[in-house]
Amino acid sequence: MTAVHYLRCLRGIVVREALRFLHQRGRFIAALVRPLVWLFIFAAGFRSVLGVSIIPPYETYVLYEVYITPGLIGMIQLFNGMQSSLSMVYDREMGSMKTLLVSPLPRWYLLTCKLLAGVAVSILQVYAFLIVAAFWEIDAPVWGYVSLLPALVLSGLMLGALGMLLSSVIKQLENFAGVMNFVIFPMFFASSTLYPLWKIKESSLLLYNICAFNPFTHAVEMIRFALYGQVNTFSSLYVLASLALFLGLAIYGYDPGRGLIARRGEPAG
Amino acid sequence: MIRGKRGRVVEPMTGRRLGGARGLVFAAVLGFGIAGAQAAGAVTVYVSNEKDNTISVIDGETLKVTATVPVGQRPRGIILSRDKTRLYICASDSNHIEVLDLATLKITRTLPSGPDPELFVLHPDGNRLYVANEDDNMVTVIDLEKGTVIAEVPVGVEPEGMGLSPDGKILVTTSETTNMAHFIDTGTYKVVDSVLVDTRPRVAEFTRDGKYVWVSSEIGGTVSVIDARTRKVVEKITFGIAGIRSEAIQPVGVRITGDGKLAFVALGPANRVAVIDAERFAVRKYLLVGQRVWQLAFSPDESKLFTTNGVSKDVSVIDVKRLKVVKSITVGRFPWGIVVK
Repeated sequence: MTAVHYLRCLRGIVVREALRFLHQRGRFIAALVRPLVWLFIFAAGFRSVLGVSIIPPYETYVLYEVYITPGLIGMIQLFNGMQSSLSMVYDREMGSMKTLLVSPLPRWYLLTCKLLAGVAVSILQVYAFLIVAAFWEIDAPVWGYVSLLPALVLSGLMLGALGMLLSSVIKQLENFAGVMNFVIFPMFFASSTLYPLWKIKESSLLLYNICAFNPFTHAVEMIRFALYGQVNTFSSLYVLASLALFLGLAIYGYDPGRGLIARRGEPAG
Repeated sequence: MIRGKRGRVVEPMTGRRLGGARGLVFAAVLGFGIAGAQAAGAVTVYVSNEKDNTISVIDGETLKVTATVPVGQRPRGIILSRDKTRLYICASDSNHIEVLDLATLKITRTLPSGPDPELFVLHPDGNRLYVANEDDNMVTVIDLEKGTVIAEVPVGVEPEGMGLSPDGKILVTTSETTNMAHFIDTGTYKVVDSVLVDTRPRVAEFTRDGKYVWVSSEIGGTVSVIDARTRKVVEKITFGIAGIRSEAIQPVGVRITGDGKLAFVALGPANRVAVIDAERFAVRKYLLVGQRVWQLAFSPDESKLFTTNGVSKDVSVIDVKRLKVVKSITVGRFPWGIVVK
């Protein structure tokens, strides 16, 4: 196994994901429309809700649209991560996952490639969303768009790894609705996406603690700071630790010898 | 040793101009190093805090508060002397005007003003100060050099806004309760005309070319643009912000750029500053600032606009070119007046 093999494998997986993404134009539009609906319909009604307190990284009062934008970027990546988990369940049912996993390259590498491919797709979606938002004057400093990129890679990997972990335990495609209910919604709502944490703390300390524990909160905060050219060290480390945990479990989960699939067995039939 | 406006050499402590040749030698020996540093920028913002009885000093570059100076009771309107070495402060509840030396940040003098001075304006000659006395319905004219009252002009009830034409010949004062803009001849100290505007006019501001006077009406929620020659209202600017009830839109501070292209109007509890195309009298956009924004001031090069937000106790900084709020700086309680050196 040489570096060439590794690169060829990475290219193969990324190109396949990219092709899949390009051929599913509906998915791209859905990924763009979802946050825009939040931005223009939900946020419009709450325009004047905030603006009472200045919290870092903001240096002045911001409109609600500006506040929820980093959370919506997180939402794009969260959905994308779950979508790749869905596609992995599909791949497994269709058999293409088996083709991938019997490759001589190490399993952790194959799965990481798969993750990176998903992250690349999510980053395209995020920047498309930001371009549309900029037309409504929801913008960041120019450098913020550059410093956002590493944060997007890290948060995308973490959310993708979470999706991969879930896909290793989901037996059938039909179970995906459960993921929506039990993962996406709680993660999205119990976070700093819609309200700043200090505001949540005012109403419920328990909810605040749940939000502070939620890795999605830290992904959003990391994105929020990065968008203004700043680093939120604690959140970044929290995301990194979550990534290590989720990816480790996912790699374990996909190991046919000890993994979760083997223990649960192939679908009966 | 400071070079005053138009390159005149001014003695720092007294503000007195030094005679030609002597001044030049003085400047050559001591002054030019400092003069160069002064000219290179060093923008400073002064804010009066109505509830704290202090003046906050903000560095215009770092946008940080560098000093807080205790002054008289309820400081509101503030204004710079022509050579920018002193700050005049309307200490409303002390019923006088205080003079703050900007080099030492010490009150060096108090001037009589009549009761409850609120806003004032300095004549281009740098000596005559026109003060609106909110409580006794007068405009008091003060000779700064002698420290005496030259004249008192009776106007409508609760005078506040003070706008002086660029040539210094016409003073416009607004009376909050009479709802009028009074045009006063500064040569005779007589009211020559009064123009009815919407309820509770707060601020009067001339355009740099002297053609128009903009008068903001706090309760009426409008800005009236008055032709300075015919003294007729030629335009009435109204405001509407999605999600803000119209009663909360209360225009107060007005500032117009030197080229007459853009105007900024502070909208009080709407927490917004309206950006207006001053040639078409049309609102271009609203900028979110702190709570209950009242007074505004440009930096000398008009690249920044500073706002005082009374309720949220801060000053917001607007980038005039990009039309964006870049920062809000916490100052004292109820910031009111603002000037930039």
